[in-house]
Amino acid sequence: MRTFLIRRLLAAIPLIIVVSFITKALLVMSPGNYLDNLRLNPTISRDYLAAMERLYHLDSNNIFERYWYWLWPALQGDFGYSFTKTMPVWTLIGERVLNTLLLTGSAMAFSWTLAIPLGTLAAVYRNRWPDKLIGLLSFFGLSIPSVFFSLLMVLFAAKTGLFPPGGIHNQALWTSMTAWEKLTDTLWHLALPMIVLGTLGMAQYVRQMRSEMIETLSQDYIRTARAKGLSQVRVVCKHALGNAINPLVTLFGLSLATLLSGALLTEFVFGWPGLGTLIFDALSAKDEPLVMASVVMLVLMLVVGSLIADLLLAAIDPRIRVE
Amino acid sequence: MIALSGKPKASELVRPIGRTPRQLFWRSLRRNRTAMVGLYVLALLYASALFAGFLAPYSYENAVTERSFHPPMLTAIRLLDEQGRLSRPFVYGTTQTDPQLATYQVDKSRMYPIRYFVRGDSYHILWIVKSNIHLFGVDAPARIFLLGADKFGQDELSRILYGGQISLSIGIVGIIISTIIGLLVGGAAGYFGGAVDFISMRSVEVLLALPGIYFILILRQLFGSGLSSTQMYIIIVIILAFIGWATEARVIRGMVLSLKENDYVVAARALGFTHWRIIIRHILPNTLSFVIVTATLSVPFYILGEVALSFLGVGIQEPEASWGNMLTAAQNARILRDFPWMLIPGVFIFVAVMAWNFLGDGLRDAADPRTLS
Repeated sequence: MRTFLIRRLLAAIPLIIVVSFITKALLVMSPGNYLDNLRLNPTISRDYLAAMERLYHLDSNNIFERYWYWLWPALQGDFGYSFTKTMPVWTLIGERVLNTLLLTGSAMAFSWTLAIPLGTLAAVYRNRWPDKLIGLLSFFGLSIPSVFFSLLMVLFAAKTGLFPPGGIHNQALWTSMTAWEKLTDTLWHLALPMIVLGTLGMAQYVRQMRSEMIETLSQDYIRTARAKGLSQVRVVCKHALGNAINPLVTLFGLSLATLLSGALLTEFVFGWPGLGTLIFDALSAKDEPLVMASVVMLVLMLVVGSLIADLLLAAIDPRIRVE
Repeated sequence: MIALSGKPKASELVRPIGRTPRQLFWRSLRRNRTAMVGLYVLALLYASALFAGFLAPYSYENAVTERSFHPPMLTAIRLLDEQGRLSRPFVYGTTQTDPQLATYQVDKSRMYPIRYFVRGDSYHILWIVKSNIHLFGVDAPARIFLLGADKFGQDELSRILYGGQISLSIGIVGIIISTIIGLLVGGAAGYFGGAVDFISMRSVEVLLALPGIYFILILRQLFGSGLSSTQMYIIIVIILAFIGWATEARVIRGMVLSLKENDYVVAARALGFTHWRIIIRHILPNTLSFVIVTATLSVPFYILGEVALSFLGVGIQEPEASWGNMLTAAQNARILRDFPWMLIPGVFIFVAVMAWNFLGDGLRDAADPRTLS
């Protein structure tokens, strides 16, 4: 178990190095840098700009040199200060990561709690109307662009006033709230982005769940269970479900990248202060230390996520051992 | 398929004699109702984008500020006049009552009949045909906004039609480029093996492991800002194709690995053909049905990629219209509440993506030898 964990985490190192190198290279090769905007401001002294340029080695266009100047302190745990916010990057990223995890985690939970029963239902009523309805629903979920869906939800929120149209919590009252009110307020703000992000995942899982369930229900041991006179519910829930779910857990690990991609657009529309909008803003401002640290964080989230998927699979499938 | 076609009938199970796989493929596709609906919808959408200039009453940048956020007139077209007599379709003139709130009042004293084949803004169809005749329009000073107007008083319908030219064609252009890359890289990796295989497959893994949108945004940085819309179009296609080839290449490699063991490949090699000739002429054609299916199913990726970039403000820029940058205008709860027609471009994206998915699913079923009985 421990060797497995260590090996998996070590395998992440080349990925982080490759991704951070590509990111740095693209940032260096792209025209302009953060100081260009400051140069337009006459109140900022030339000396300060020159000092900044030297400090961050922005004068060099050598990709390897610039990468090294980032990598060497980073290996010692120093990821630098954000250009725009003049704060250590991890202070900025920390809170945003939690928000993104809250959003993606709840979206994931939403899609699973809906996909498993719906997929099972579709398989049991194969080719009859519940199946067709669920099939159409999953097609909708797969095809609806997340930008459009998010905007539809904002429209819904703005028209009915049942949900807040954006943000993560009520800014005006936040400081005066009790812990319980803070929780409910956050959940209230979470609902719509969670539904948007969760629907896309749900559509994929439903289709997978349906085909796995159909496969499982045609197995011999299911016939045996039926022959013993067990009820349909018992056969499906007790004998088939556990086996049909396994491949879905694998899919969970694979869909993490899609989930984080979708999170950016959802965060953008709902004004959810997550990692996605942070990276987007940092890229627009050419805030290099912030972009680099966020990208590393993103890759770490992916690696840890797929690790969790593997551990989960091992936990529910006794045939798989983590060695 | 998502089980929209029922059980095969007994007559379908008898294999007809003397049909080629291609005939069987088309027969199977034509019988798939959802796939055909997808095909017809796509034909309609692409035709309307092609003839956007003719179908749209105005050009995409024809703006009248005093018609800002004019509501849709699709339901305001009338056939009966004040006296209840039947007349040709007409609309009433409107006057702006409050420029701040963008409210309009119907002025029943002025009737504007809808005229057909009217002269207006000039346009090109496929850069060749130049004309200024539009399918329909109304006399000045009135304007016809079937799907409403945006902040600048530009006609949404016209902008959607013009925007479709960009948003819909990016799907096709992107998929052609990335399929070619995917075929060549996958073919080479599978055929040559060794270092070629190792390097290309590691790059594929990195590309597939990353959340696409972030990579797209970082790549987008490379090109700076202040670009013309043509440059922007090319850049979007390049960026999306740069990421999109990975999936294709990986599966093609797998297919080539088994295909290259066939006798006819050995025969081609014995005849002294070059490696690339064998790959392109003898091996890759066998992957055709798979390539068509994946290509069709990946078109939405390109359409949505353009939408995402333009929506985030780093893609196609105003005044050029694309379905993505039109949605940017709706990125505000107040505007959405008061002028919900700003969301209509999203419906078009949704329909286009859904149609491609329907068609792709149908093609996959038709190409699957297990359902080809």
